[in-house]
Amino acid sequence: MSNRLIVSVFPHLHKDESVSKVMWTVIISLIPAGLAAIFIFGTSALWVIILGVVSALTTEGVLQVLTKRKVTILDGSAIITGILLAYNLPPKVPFWIPIIGAFFSIAIGKQVFGGLGQNIFNPALVGRVFLMASWPKYMTTFTKPASFDAVTSATPLALIKEGSVLENISYLDLFLGKRAGCIGEVCILALLLGALFLLLRGYISWHIPMTYIFTVAAFTYIFGPKGLFSGDWLFHILSGGLILGAFFMATDYVTSPLTYKGQVIFGIGCGIVTAIIRLWGGYPEGVSYAILMMNAATPIIDRYTKPRVYGRE
Amino acid sequence: MKKLFYEFLKGIIKENPTFVLVLGLCPTLAVSISLINGIGMGIAATFVLLGSNIIISLIRNIVPERIRIPCFIVIIATFVTITEMAMKAYSPALNRALGIYVPLIVVNCIVLGRAEAYAQKHSVLNSLFDGLGMGVGFTLALLLISGIREILGAGKILGFSIIKGFEPVFVLGMPSGALLVIGLLLGFFNVLKNRKI
Repeated sequence: MSNRLIVSVFPHLHKDESVSKVMWTVIISLIPAGLAAIFIFGTSALWVIILGVVSALTTEGVLQVLTKRKVTILDGSAIITGILLAYNLPPKVPFWIPIIGAFFSIAIGKQVFGGLGQNIFNPALVGRVFLMASWPKYMTTFTKPASFDAVTSATPLALIKEGSVLENISYLDLFLGKRAGCIGEVCILALLLGALFLLLRGYISWHIPMTYIFTVAAFTYIFGPKGLFSGDWLFHILSGGLILGAFFMATDYVTSPLTYKGQVIFGIGCGIVTAIIRLWGGYPEGVSYAILMMNAATPIIDRYTKPRVYGRE
Repeated sequence: MKKLFYEFLKGIIKENPTFVLVLGLCPTLAVSISLINGIGMGIAATFVLLGSNIIISLIRNIVPERIRIPCFIVIIATFVTITEMAMKAYSPALNRALGIYVPLIVVNCIVLGRAEAYAQKHSVLNSLFDGLGMGVGFTLALLLISGIREILGAGKILGFSIIKGFEPVFVLGMPSGALLVIGLLLGFFNVLKNRKI
């Protein structure tokens, strides 16, 4: 009985929201990027996405049956994990990469902690980092877009890291996704469409994505290759997984801070780590590591940004 | 006899040093990269445990309370030095693979823990079986962890490839992989333990 008492003054507003509704909306917002990827890379991208989703759902269902918990595979959260993991893979990975990755994401990234809402780290990124550390050969072999005979090519960020000069890649190409990269990260236009949809529905706030992107831009502009204030900040925004990470993975409800103030700190932290890894780190791209590191810092951010109780010091 | 057998057996399952007492994780994390390292480390630690438990139990009534820890350390260090010299003489390759972790058995918390918690309070025979049980338990835990890491992380058993075309899980060969395997096994054994009660 006690949990049915509502401890606040009237009027109360009942909103028709639930976990699964939010999750399915996020899935819809991810569809444009997936369609763009299939258009850019061909059907192999579609297979990676399907394998990721099916394997994530299977893992979640089997583990929930084994641990005698309520089976919640239809609430959409496992589907999102599967999609996001697939979006973080190169389009022509061997078929077992998304299967093992999705298994690891759900089993180790989520169910070990107790399921949805209990996980410390973003499950999809846990899976990606595990794959990256285990099979770096497959995870860094990218194919050129729109080539069905699998011509391998490095991502623009990897080329910059090696110190070679980028040829004939314009900002428009980067914006539309005509470059080598992971499935879901290449088409910025489609990602922004999905993100706009989520922002307009109010499911994500602008705080994390905007501070994240702005910090990366500022950092890469200030510490440019030819001395201070000479960096190509637009290139750094449009390449790599920054847009995908900032809008769809850093904003994960479970693993990001609750208050707006905390979210701003979270976004700036993600931006600084990403920029440091990109500019001076060993990897060409640092979005997944940055988000995971800030996930780990989320509890402490939440503790120090707790809102003041009205009427108390 | 039954009591002694219990003292031996408890180190293997009920009070397994790695999975239940969670002691000696430092060498476990560091050397469990391959089965042969695990076996070597397990045997070395078992020998030291056995020796130190017996000697400490023998002198338990003449060591003053206040300086017992230095005394224990001297005894343990003696056995570790014997082990290290024997290993250098008979198996230099293993000694190179284990490296600093052989001398570090001196500060292994299993050895000192058993001396402090058991050998200084119990008779020689009991301590002997306790040391043996703990050593075997530690060795078995190391075998389990290093077996998983070698098979999955390198696709080999004792240095021989097993499955053709198997893509090793590279991360399990790294220190983070050791933490992952130990964490999962700890959780697994906790689930088993809680289910029985």
